[in-house]
Amino acid sequence: MNAVVRTVNLVKIYQDGAVPVPAVRGVDLQVQPGEFVAVMGPSGSGKSTLVHMLGGLDTRTSGEIWLDGKRVDTLSESAWALLRRKKIGFVFQFFNLVANMTVGDNVELPALLSGASPKVARRRRESLLAALNLTDRADAAPAQLSGGEQQRVALARALANEPALLLADEPTGNLDSRNTRDVLRLLGDVHKDGQTIVMVTHDARVASLADRVVSLFDGEIVDDGRITRRRTGTAGEVIDLR
Amino acid sequence: MRLHLLALLAKEPAHGYELKQALEQTFGSAYPSPNIGQIYVTLGRLEKDGLVRAVDVEQSNRPNKKVYYLTAKGREVLEIWVDEPTEGPRVRDEFFMKLVLAPLTGIADRMALISRQRRHYLSLMSDLNELLSRTPPADRVATLLIEGAMLHLQADLDWLERCQEDLA
Repeated sequence: MNAVVRTVNLVKIYQDGAVPVPAVRGVDLQVQPGEFVAVMGPSGSGKSTLVHMLGGLDTRTSGEIWLDGKRVDTLSESAWALLRRKKIGFVFQFFNLVANMTVGDNVELPALLSGASPKVARRRRESLLAALNLTDRADAAPAQLSGGEQQRVALARALANEPALLLADEPTGNLDSRNTRDVLRLLGDVHKDGQTIVMVTHDARVASLADRVVSLFDGEIVDDGRITRRRTGTAGEVIDLR
Repeated sequence: MRLHLLALLAKEPAHGYELKQALEQTFGSAYPSPNIGQIYVTLGRLEKDGLVRAVDVEQSNRPNKKVYYLTAKGREVLEIWVDEPTEGPRVRDEFFMKLVLAPLTGIADRMALISRQRRHYLSLMSDLNELLSRTPPADRVATLLIEGAMLHLQADLDWLERCQEDLA
């Protein structure tokens, strides 16, 4: 079976100023179908740059990127745009919703763009909005929503085209604990249904849903391993009420 | 445990097993169930210190049971406990000692220690996530306890990241 994501010695060096700044320094990463990978590490470790390159939102300096068995780092910008519509869902820390469309249409649009029939797109929209407790906000404009609600809309939108790969960059950065709970539940559900996910996050609750955690430091992978499930604990292992 | 039992007895007199049940009902499955032996030992000490008193209640066909009630001195001690500010949580410093000291001996690499600890915290967090999903939201005490544990773990992870930035 082909890996959904494969990078070979992936490098990104920013050349904005006089001094070149290496952000990603030789990353070899493989993500199998259905895997949920959390990418963690201090700020400036190259996490966001890596995930942006995987989604074609930033170009690589050298190395290879393969998605679903197809080499993509050599694609033109328009070919990337097409590939994203079909295969990739993206959630950013800032939601990038279309301001003059309703919440519902924001969610429905990617499904239509990916070629789903209007009926299928509508059904997808309704089930995602319901899963994120947003059904009664469907006709609102994004600006009328709270930050937490907008973030949930952004997640619904990213999942609307049933992407082969969901990429996310700090998707719970703006959520309070109740909103986070809805997002966690949906992420857990889609992952159970086989959704492949690569997610940059500082949020340990979200990261702990992943199968695997990849830690970056200074643009390199310094740890890559599974999160073991123990299912034995109580809160007493962390909080000791004396 | 002493003051937890005094607080429960301030509500109403009870015997040892009732106290165990009251603790379990209050904190739910989120907290380890108290040991009945430890409850009896603690009650014995409280009685010796004059903070509770026991009366034997006859039961038909069974040995007498001891019902405990709070004394005036016990109530005073309880009130002092409630009125005092509470010390902050103990920071789990054993890992930090390891992180600082172990590399000096050459037996461990800081980056490896941090990576292993991060995965351990995430595994604990995964447990708590699962526990929270099994806890009915209406069970406020258990839910808040789990959320508290999660926030502490998040702080531990953030601290780990700071250590990585500065020490590794």
